[in-house]
Amino acid sequence: MRRAATPLLIVAALALGGCAIEPWVAPYERANLSDPIMSFSRDPVSASYMNHVHEVREGARGAGSAGGGGCGCN
Amino acid sequence: MRRLTLPVLALLCSFAAAPAAAVTSGSAAPDFVLKSAAGSNVRLSEMRGQVVMINFWASWCGPCRQEMPLLEKLQQRYGKLGFVMLGVNVEEQSQAAQKFLKDVPVSFPILWDTSNSVSRLYAVKAMPTSVIVDRDGKVRYIHPGYKAGDENTYSDTVRALLRE
Amino acid sequence: MAATRSGWRYGLLAALLLAGGADAAVLPEDRADLLYHSYDGGGVEVSGPSLLVRKSLGDSVSVYGNHYVDTVSSASIDVLTTASPYADERTEQGAGVDYLRDGTTLSLAYTNSDESDYKADTVSFDISQDMFGDLTTVTLGYSQGNDKIGKSNDPAFAATATRQHYRVGLSQVISKNMLLALNLETITDQGFLNNPYRSVRYLDPLSALGYSYEPEIYPATHTSDAVTLRARYYLPYRAAVYGEYRRYGDTWGIDANTWEIGYLHPWRENWLLEFRLRQYSQEAADFYSDLFPRQQAQNFLARDKELSTFSSRSLGVTVSYDPGLHWNFIERTAFTLSLDHIQFNYEDFRDLTKAATPGSEPLYEYTANVLQLYVSLWY
Repeated sequence: MRRAATPLLIVAALALGGCAIEPWVAPYERANLSDPIMSFSRDPVSASYMNHVHEVREGARGAGSAGGGGCGCN
Repeated sequence: MRRLTLPVLALLCSFAAAPAAAVTSGSAAPDFVLKSAAGSNVRLSEMRGQVVMINFWASWCGPCRQEMPLLEKLQQRYGKLGFVMLGVNVEEQSQAAQKFLKDVPVSFPILWDTSNSVSRLYAVKAMPTSVIVDRDGKVRYIHPGYKAGDENTYSDTVRALLRE
Repeated sequence: MAATRSGWRYGLLAALLLAGGADAAVLPEDRADLLYHSYDGGGVEVSGPSLLVRKSLGDSVSVYGNHYVDTVSSASIDVLTTASPYADERTEQGAGVDYLRDGTTLSLAYTNSDESDYKADTVSFDISQDMFGDLTTVTLGYSQGNDKIGKSNDPAFAATATRQHYRVGLSQVISKNMLLALNLETITDQGFLNNPYRSVRYLDPLSALGYSYEPEIYPATHTSDAVTLRARYYLPYRAAVYGEYRRYGDTWGIDANTWEIGYLHPWRENWLLEFRLRQYSQEAADFYSDLFPRQQAQNFLARDKELSTFSSRSLGVTVSYDPGLHWNFIERTAFTLSLDHIQFNYEDFRDLTKAATPGSEPLYEYTANVLQLYVSLWY
């Protein structure tokens, strides 16, 4: 079974490639995702300030921002 | 049995790879009927003889909102020459779209595709999507998305099809 | 053999991810925000403005500029026990450009932070790619920072530090109503990493207080890893609920956990309310101690409460109002008020303003209030 692992992985990759994963949320179904309340960073000026407030007083730092979601237009 | 799983999966996937609705340039535009904002039902096949541009849009889509006044310009310019713009709104609830249309009024029909049946029929892959159909009901041009300047391409295509 | 096997798999994974192909995206919105911020807690008052302006140039490019000021008046616990209250001003300016082509966004940014005894320059580069029908966004980023440290009472003092940030992010649309995001960031710095004014204390029977001070000594390198998982869910009556968890660890021995949950509630046509709760806890750095047993007890010494074992809990509320203004080129406006109340509780940092036998002073705790008032314009 172990010897077959690598060739199997190649076949799996090809099979999935042939599949061309269909998006399960169509572009016209993104009404809710495009709502400003669904944005990870709705007000950048405020998010950046609060991140600073925390970073200055805490030992932890990093991994503060996220993007993505949205309307997915164009 | 385990040995067959992967090949069977690959076989199934190769079938799944083919798109469900083949709306490509040259194919017949699938017919549909939708309720319009004016209250009447609008059927695509009734437009046979005219050049039709089907624009899939939503009020929550920035580029769609940007494009709307330019689509109105196209309608004003070519409407008398046998052209009709159909604005197919893809939202489940129409209130936001109606509010938008109050600010940006248009003279062409706005159709409510609330169940997304037409969006699926036309395999809409981007927001907005514009499909231009010729006088014989054949799809001649599909344009996903909108960027400044695209209205010139629409104008050129419509003008060429009107001359046919 | 094992190494090449792993190599195969990572290569395959990369091929799979990239097989999704490039999709498309839009640039960030054009907007201007003017913020008044105020922090008041633990004897420290910091307030000032922050102006952020963003404008797109054509369909592919978006630029932004930020001007931020901190006016500090500090009579903090550290200051009260080892120095005298001071006032200072820090100005931070930044600018950046985003370039969008198909589904790829390239971002370049520069920030400069300037105060009387500390100057920091940072350059960042990020690349973001939309794929799988715009359901997935992958981001990679790198930042480089250069700091110059001075001492207000010693003009001859000059030290430097450099920083490097490495970022990876994955954002995924789970359903019509749910988003998930995973972010990883590794930061490595080297140089002069401590505060030139701060001291540590050690037991000193010869001293009147029972303890004496000596300057803090930090390692010359520091590498940290942080991973954040975020989720946001849309509720059918138009509201959103979100959660966030961050795990942090570094080479100084600090382990921290951050939890945040929040709820957004649009009300009527024009109002938006947000309620949030944040919980933070950390374990002290290896070389931290509130009271060292003797002078030069170890190679590295710290008594910075930011490196101690502590937890903080904060409650926040935001109220935002959109009057529905439509004027000339201004599409939309909003007025926002945000308040956060933070409670800090230290487990191994003691309040030296309250005299007692060294090592048995009460544990320090304080509360802080953060106020934000801002106007936003979209055009």
